Amino acid sequence: MNIESTLNELNQGQSATVTRLLSQGGIRRRLQDIGLVVGTRVSCLQKSPLGDPVAYLVRGAVIAIRSEDSSNIIVSGVSASAAEWL
Amino acid sequence: MKQRDSQTETVKVIALSGNPNVGKSTVFNSLTGMNQHTGNWAGKTVSSASGRFSFCGTDYTLFDIPGTYSLVPQSAEEEVARNFICFGEPDAVVVVCDATCLERNMNLVLQTIELTGRVVLCVNLLDEAEKKKIRIDFPALSEKLGVPVVGTAARQNRGLDDLMQAVDGVASGKIKNKPFTVAYAEKIEQAISMLLPAAEQINRTKLPARWICLKLLEGDTALLEEIKRRFGIDFLAEESVGEQLKEAQALLRQAHLSGEALCDNIAGSLVRSAEHICKNTVSFGDKGYNDTDRYLDRLLTGRKIGFPVMIMLLLFILWLTITGANYPSQLLGDLLFSIEGMLGEVFRFFGAPEWLQNMLVHGVYRVLAWVVSVMLPPMAIFFPLFTLLEDLGYLPRVAFNLDKYFKRCHACGKQALTMCMGFGCNAAGIVGCRIIDSPRERLIAMLTNNFVPCNGRFPTMIAVIAMFFVTSDGVLGSLLSAALLTLVILLGIGMTFLVSHMLSKTLLRGKASSFTLELPPYRRPRIKQVIVRSIVDRTLFVLGRAIAVAAPAGLVIWLMANISVGDGTLLMYCSGLLDPFARLLGMDGVILLAFILALPANEIVVPVIVMSYMANGSLIEIDSLAGLRLLLTENGWTPVTAVCTVLFSLMHWPCSTTCLTIRKETCSLKWMAAAFVIPTVFGMTVCFVINTAYTILARCF
Repeated sequence: MNIESTLNELNQGQSATVTRLLSQGGIRRRLQDIGLVVGTRVSCLQKSPLGDPVAYLVRGAVIAIRSEDSSNIIVSGVSASAAEWL
Repeated sequence: MKQRDSQTETVKVIALSGNPNVGKSTVFNSLTGMNQHTGNWAGKTVSSASGRFSFCGTDYTLFDIPGTYSLVPQSAEEEVARNFICFGEPDAVVVVCDATCLERNMNLVLQTIELTGRVVLCVNLLDEAEKKKIRIDFPALSEKLGVPVVGTAARQNRGLDDLMQAVDGVASGKIKNKPFTVAYAEKIEQAISMLLPAAEQINRTKLPARWICLKLLEGDTALLEEIKRRFGIDFLAEESVGEQLKEAQALLRQAHLSGEALCDNIAGSLVRSAEHICKNTVSFGDKGYNDTDRYLDRLLTGRKIGFPVMIMLLLFILWLTITGANYPSQLLGDLLFSIEGMLGEVFRFFGAPEWLQNMLVHGVYRVLAWVVSVMLPPMAIFFPLFTLLEDLGYLPRVAFNLDKYFKRCHACGKQALTMCMGFGCNAAGIVGCRIIDSPRERLIAMLTNNFVPCNGRFPTMIAVIAMFFVTSDGVLGSLLSAALLTLVILLGIGMTFLVSHMLSKTLLRGKASSFTLELPPYRRPRIKQVIVRSIVDRTLFVLGRAIAVAAPAGLVIWLMANISVGDGTLLMYCSGLLDPFARLLGMDGVILLAFILALPANEIVVPVIVMSYMANGSLIEIDSLAGLRLLLTENGWTPVTAVCTVLFSLMHWPCSTTCLTIRKETCSLKWMAAAFVIPTVFGMTVCFVINTAYTILARCF
């Protein structure tokens, strides 16, 4: 249940909870400002046609993140259902 | 950013802030009656606009500041926004929020409330929220936040009076806000209270001491420098503050709350407070409220169909433009050229000298008529169609689709947005590059923007393509024209990638930086409004340019064709001079000269070519594309000439407005020169290769 993985490993339709951010510098604060803080439930909505970036549902907003950045976001509690934050 | 001057003391200053793409510009337009361009994508407003309005006998200046997610700035744009709220001393700050995404927006609201109590929360896009069955309890929200909360649907002019009422109350002090205080972790609060007395003692700024304490703890030296610069107070140098700060920091270190951990904790508290405030005040009636958006996303950004749909949309828009432009073009042409005949009569009636008549009618008027009849209809049709897509929210999806290519070029995915803007106007595209945070990636976007043909260029392409490559009339013909034009545009996009990649490996070496791209909810485009608005805007814009640029250009051409130098005219001399070089590129001297003379506005390329050929002897009535085609072929045009002209139109120097904009945005002549040289070199190379290949092949067979 609490196996950690990174955000970019989520498949379409899966959601997970952020447990740690490894990103550094400006992007770290940017991610937090859009609501990606520890404890936030995120679901993976859809990959772009070329597979990267991927669109995630974060606190009601759809945010696209490149794999370089989503691989720095550690998540756990992966489940198959989307949009659980509601 | 403008500061208040003493003369306008009675004018109240209102700042309009908010996350990107929440409809700030629409609120701004509704309140001021102005016409700032609006669109459904994050970062559309790249510079602050200001406008005035009166309400209940008070005059207000409203500042539309760039959208920002946070008051901890990550880019120059966000710094502008933060500084306005911090140091612009607004009488009230209206934070505009998206009702469909209130919790995320609340983060900025809380940060703003920490900074100034004079906040009015404007929950906009209420119409969208209602459609999605999202209910917001405004009184409860207002109670929790301690500031007035007003629901609006600015696109439908709903709720704006209430908003003004609240703004008036807050700005005049009639409404006393009791703003919510974000509670941080216990140790952080303890550290703040240790610092607070010392900070309060020396705080002569209008900023709350508590907020300054937070910044001291966070170690936001850039902000503290700014305070020192503006108010002459150096908090860090003050002994009493310094001592307390050391102790407070020691306390936080013990609690493992220093550096990054502290910033994380603060950011986390803000997000959790936002969560707390929205709990029980925002309810979702329909859990599947975003289903339509997700369905559209699967259609427009799907793995298999995302790209085909994108290309089909481009093709469709171009086809509508070409088909739709035919009839008005013909009509305008007939009208304007019949006026030309009448003008001649008028001149003869008043006994005006022959040369004056020729100069004004055949010179100035004819170019003007050309630009209006041939260039205006496609521009007036393309622009509204494009604006509809923008209004819908499609442009960020284009960026989403294309981002991987930009990543491979070590560039920013938002470059796709600036590229799209380039279709309307390259100068606007260049200014739009401000949405790109990394200076290196921003420069790449600016230097390559010209590879997208702007509104002033593709009517030329359409005309040349229609003349030389489309033989059939009707739907089939216009479809073929649209398809060929689509190919040209795709080539331009391909060149954008190629050149971006090359720049990343040479002049602007570096790795792609991190960024997040918001895909906003789709919105139903306001079809009637958009069409009327943009047709009027475009028509006025083109007519303005026609008078300011095309008419003088007509005069210059006429003079060049009538001033003799040696055996021939100045025009023949200049084009003759360029001719040998232009022939290498598959064109002729006249065409190259036309491109050079069209530096102020690309719209006049074809009229200048036509004028030059006519001045050189041919006397053909140009009332249709067929007549024009005859004129061109008589002057030696072949399909290769047509191809090279179209490609050179795609890839040559930017117009003078664009050049000046690049200069202004980069503050550098060097980069302006680069933006001038790069597309030119590529265009010349491509034309040379095509022409040479054709010549060799023609010789072999």
